[in-house]
Amino acid sequence: MSHLTDFQTFVLLSILKIVVVLVITLTAVAYTVLLERKVLGRMQNRWGPSRVGPFGLLQPLADGIKLFLKEDLMPMASERPLFIIAPIVALTCALVSIAVVPFGAVKHIDGVDMFAISDINIGLLVILGITSIGVYGIALSGWSSNNKFALLGSLRATSQVISYELALGLSLVGVVLRSGSLRLRDIVATQSTHGLLSWNIFGGFQIVAFFIYLMAAYAETNRAPFDLPEAESELVAGYHTEYSSMKFAMFFMAEYANMITVACVATLLFFGGPSSPLGNLLPADFGGPILSAIFPVLWFVAKVFAFLLLYIWVRATLPRFRYDQLMSFGWKFLLPVAILNIIATSLVLALKG
Amino acid sequence: MQLALFIIFGLLAVAGAVNFLLQRHPINSALSLVVVMMSLAVLYWSLGAEFLAAAQVIVYSGAIMVLFVFVVMLLNAGEEERTHGSRAAYIAGFPGAAAIFCLLSFVFLTNGKAFGSTDLTSHLTHAVNNIAEISQVLFKDLLLPFEVTSILILVAILGAVVLARKEQ
Amino acid sequence: MSATVPISAYLVLAAVLFSIGVASFLIKRNIITIFMSIELMLNAVNLTFVAFAHMWHQITGQIFVFFVMVVAAAEAAVGLAIIIAIFRTRQTLNVDQINLLKN
Repeated sequence: MSHLTDFQTFVLLSILKIVVVLVITLTAVAYTVLLERKVLGRMQNRWGPSRVGPFGLLQPLADGIKLFLKEDLMPMASERPLFIIAPIVALTCALVSIAVVPFGAVKHIDGVDMFAISDINIGLLVILGITSIGVYGIALSGWSSNNKFALLGSLRATSQVISYELALGLSLVGVVLRSGSLRLRDIVATQSTHGLLSWNIFGGFQIVAFFIYLMAAYAETNRAPFDLPEAESELVAGYHTEYSSMKFAMFFMAEYANMITVACVATLLFFGGPSSPLGNLLPADFGGPILSAIFPVLWFVAKVFAFLLLYIWVRATLPRFRYDQLMSFGWKFLLPVAILNIIATSLVLALKG
Repeated sequence: MQLALFIIFGLLAVAGAVNFLLQRHPINSALSLVVVMMSLAVLYWSLGAEFLAAAQVIVYSGAIMVLFVFVVMLLNAGEEERTHGSRAAYIAGFPGAAAIFCLLSFVFLTNGKAFGSTDLTSHLTHAVNNIAEISQVLFKDLLLPFEVTSILILVAILGAVVLARKEQ
Repeated sequence: MSATVPISAYLVLAAVLFSIGVASFLIKRNIITIFMSIELMLNAVNLTFVAFAHMWHQITGQIFVFFVMVVAAAEAAVGLAIIIAIFRTRQTLNVDQINLLKN
């Protein structure tokens, strides 16, 4: 690549990384849906999708074709431009935040980090910011479809997301205090020295923060047991009641992409990201240069996968909250506990340092 | 790079602001304001203030404007109607705003040489840690104002709760 | 690549945004939109602060923007609460009809 300038190499490799990550994320989204249906089915003592392909593995493809070919309904009373923009905003915000996630070890080729699309010093804040922009997709979809169920769903979703964003952000402060940086690579680096023991959840005593994060993140992604915005038994389908065809599919994909992002962030912040749980038991160059580059990615994927399974397990287990319970839980329990966690962590750090 | 960023996002910001002015429906105005704020966040980043860029996105577009959109949705505000009050405002508004603009840009452009120009490259290569710098100033030199603003926020929360609560 | 932008360009951009904010503050009749134009003006001023902070290589300008954001958040919370209270009593958002003290 000697005939290319640094800038050209950077641009080309960045485009390559973006395409690869986007394709993998979208495939992962499709198969998370299948995973959820299969696992839920097994938990409820039934098979789940099993007809299309071996073990139902081609089901996402069939679903995609079905959604793509359905008629795209446009309600008469809807606010046309906003109705179209809303699912695009939702999906874009869900996919963009994956850009700052480092999913492998630090590996530079031609000065370009291979296993992260961009490694910036405010990575964590970028993820929080993009999540907070994602609210617009939900809010606008409910308002523009001019349907009372959709409006109620989106009002619920908006207030829920705003409320739980506080607890979510505060639960991450302990981790940031420990690592002293907002760069996700640095946060991972502080956890990768002694394997499992130096992960923030165990060695960093951030287990309280982890559970706050987990609960706030479930609320943030509108998943069970906090799925009030799309409570089928009360609101038909919540904010996407009026959506059909590809626009509905975009909301659907956004929900699962958000799940994946949340799982990635939890992995990075509390479970050491791509670092191995075995720590120094395995030598750093175990299995040659290529395998040692692939192993961290495998660890990362395994951890994310575990989180997705946890998501599905929780959905199969817990019933839905009532709305006032949801609000008082967020404001009166999660928020004070998160603040206490910050105080405790900073006291310990101050006494140690 | 800096020039390209400035042109793209500066134009986007101006377009958003003009759309904000022209739209009749409050929700469209709110959304175009969000566009302005996001492009300002990119401009902040291009001026080497990456913490502020993130704060702009999180606080302004993610919290304040969501609150606005929420209130518009809650009160179901429709398109605003034209009244005779607005005609007087047109007569005073446009010339006044134009005068302010002319004055400001005259001052800025005549002193343009003295202001110099931006240089993003130094920020990119030296990797200045903007957040560490900000926290040094904020938590050491300006600790009292920082604490005072936290009390201000507390008072604002209480005030908002008291004001918005239904009277018994 | 290395083309630089004069600081005055940022300032003129801020002036444009500020004037649009002023104009919409005067022209708009919906109280929520008027409130939003105040936010637009605050944003324009923030841009000048950041530009000057860059020009002097001083972090204090950015701190100032930080405080402006905090005050804007507090102001938005209280202001919107007031707007909701007004809407409860008057059933309108038009500033021309909110004239209880006038006559």
